Amino acid sequence: MSDEQLSVEQRNKRTLKKLLIWAVAMFGFAFLMVPFYNVICDVTGLNGKTSSTAATQAPETVVEDRTVTVEFITQKGDGISGEFTSETKRVKVHPGEITLVHFFASNPTSSDMITQSIPSVTPGEAARYLHKTQCFCFDQQTLLAGERKDMPMIFYLDPEIPSHINQFTLSYTIFDVTERVAGKNNSVAAN
Amino acid sequence: MSTAAATHDDHHDHHHAPTGLKRWLFSTNHKDIGTLYLWFSFAMFLSGGFLAMVIRAELLEPGMQFVDPEFFNQMTTVHGLVMVFGAVMPATVGLANWMIPLMIGAPDMALPRMNNWSFWILPFAFTILIGSVVMSAFGAGNPSAPNFGWTFYAPLSTKYGPASTDLFILSVHMMGISSIMGAINVVVTVFNMRAPGMTLMKMPLFVWTWLITAFLLIAVIPVLAGAVTMMLTDRHFGTSFFDAAGGGDPVLFQHVFWFFGHPEVYIMILPSFGIVSAIIPAFARKPLFGYASMVYATASIALLSFVVWAHHMFTVGMPLAGTLFFMYMTMLISVPTGVKVFNWVATMWRGSMTFELPMKWAIAFVVLFTCGGLSGLMLAITPVDFQYHDTYFVVAHFHYVLVTGAIFSIFAAAYYWLPKWSGIMPNKTLGELHFWNSLISANLLFFPMHFVGLAGMPRRYADYALQFADYNFWISIGGFWFGLSQLLFLAVTVLCAMKKGEKAPAKPWEGAEGLEWEVPSPAPFHTYDTPPVVK
Repeated sequence: MSDEQLSVEQRNKRTLKKLLIWAVAMFGFAFLMVPFYNVICDVTGLNGKTSSTAATQAPETVVEDRTVTVEFITQKGDGISGEFTSETKRVKVHPGEITLVHFFASNPTSSDMITQSIPSVTPGEAARYLHKTQCFCFDQQTLLAGERKDMPMIFYLDPEIPSHINQFTLSYTIFDVTERVAGKNNSVAAN
Repeated sequence: MSTAAATHDDHHDHHHAPTGLKRWLFSTNHKDIGTLYLWFSFAMFLSGGFLAMVIRAELLEPGMQFVDPEFFNQMTTVHGLVMVFGAVMPATVGLANWMIPLMIGAPDMALPRMNNWSFWILPFAFTILIGSVVMSAFGAGNPSAPNFGWTFYAPLSTKYGPASTDLFILSVHMMGISSIMGAINVVVTVFNMRAPGMTLMKMPLFVWTWLITAFLLIAVIPVLAGAVTMMLTDRHFGTSFFDAAGGGDPVLFQHVFWFFGHPEVYIMILPSFGIVSAIIPAFARKPLFGYASMVYATASIALLSFVVWAHHMFTVGMPLAGTLFFMYMTMLISVPTGVKVFNWVATMWRGSMTFELPMKWAIAFVVLFTCGGLSGLMLAITPVDFQYHDTYFVVAHFHYVLVTGAIFSIFAAAYYWLPKWSGIMPNKTLGELHFWNSLISANLLFFPMHFVGLAGMPRRYADYALQFADYNFWISIGGFWFGLSQLLFLAVTVLCAMKKGEKAPAKPWEGAEGLEWEVPSPAPFHTYDTPPVVK
């Protein structure tokens, strides 16, 4: 039926339906923004998010004539009363050079603790040139009661790293996620 | 535009309209619902204003005076929420309810029963929100009202939110449902209920701006609903949308919020553009300059509003390309907005202007809104914004566009259409006092905020450094003065409601144009049962 043949009430209902569908779709769009945002962050390194998976390819070359300073800082999130430090505070590396850094976390309490560390790079544009072949942040780390744990992280910088990035900071914040894991008992994605 | 006035006063006898409380509770009449919206929004304006008085009393002098910082945070939060969702938005919905059917020659809104529902949700939503403030002020055990600012950034509102955050979430959901239904009603009415001959490009600009506003509402209020739903599941159901510990990102909240939030500020100002576009031609006695360009400018502003949201969050550490994109897009908005301002000025140019009350408010709107627009342009410049961000300069900017912009235009609309609503001319003496007191006090209140902001005074703090003391003293004086001046408007409206004053003719303003002036004043309960013919 064309619009002219419909009564005003029928046309009103038809327009109402279309608009309601639109409103519901926009509600869905709000949730669609979440994966969309994560994809954009992954691709561009927006917000200093580093890749959540291990790099599998070895670097092709080592650029001997460039050095980039990488600084490490650690922060303790909620529920962490023990130590969380990096052995090395700053390191000068050549792009392509594989480097190992040790982080330490301790659990002085009398019960076991599951932790998750969240990385962040400043300035954010450096994040996509940081490749980690091994990182404690890829998985949740269990700290037994009274344990002091050595948590290694192995990384190299992309030889393609732009020449204006001479220095960046990699920050880790460690969170106690014991209750979260116990509550849901399903895996928590680490980014 | 001419028409046969199609009103049937004798219709009343057959109608058995309910009286008393039932008339208002069960009303499906667009005029009654419009009236309800307008009174409700005025009540919210006074309530939100009262919270602002607490803020200004605390900031009158440096140091802590009346309230503790925790309560001060609740004041800034609920003041913003009440003014945005309770005062400005329902006021424009009330104007739409009253005026759109009259302006397009429709007998009523398209979906009258939904109209009733969309209004009656609001008092409950705000009882919930304001109830948490009352409990906080008088409650035992000091329960906190929402205290994270009207933008409710995560994790302040998720991990660290007080228990009342859940009341806030419910309240925002209800406000959102109300807004979406109101917006749908406007779109359906404008699309399907226009009088024969009322083509889209013959519609008054108020109808156009509201149509575009309604589309914005339907597009972004569901996103707000999504944001508060994510907050709710983060708080109680173990999700981690905004919680870094679980792989979420608090910055994501800001993106979702401002994707709603920036169109929201146009939702509040576009109806004002329509109001001013009705009033200035009436008192300049010239047709609106550049009607078509006004329509296209409004549509461009609405479209651009979807691609500028990140200018609220330049300091989160975006890549350079991102900040540049949002900076240029934001500056681009000043082009259609400039078109509008120049059109208003061109309408006044060589017109036979008179300065009745609606015109005074409208001119004040054009000047002061432009002032707020200019400070907005300053804030759009990314490197400059790094200094201005979260200072009183921002507070000055958005109060210029929202108070001396949106609210001044709503006053203009009220003085312009009160004769049509009540059949009584608004009291001139009180109206003049209201205008001049508001004009001077609003500038005393908001202008010095630019200076303290540029000097580095941050917003949302209960105290400030000593060097800001003199300015803040005068800002507070301006605030109390502005607040008290609004009681004059209460007197004006109550006099009109009590039918005390000079009787208004069908068309009280000589140069006014439009179908709403073809019906008697006050507008009968039913108008345009037979559609007028628009030539």
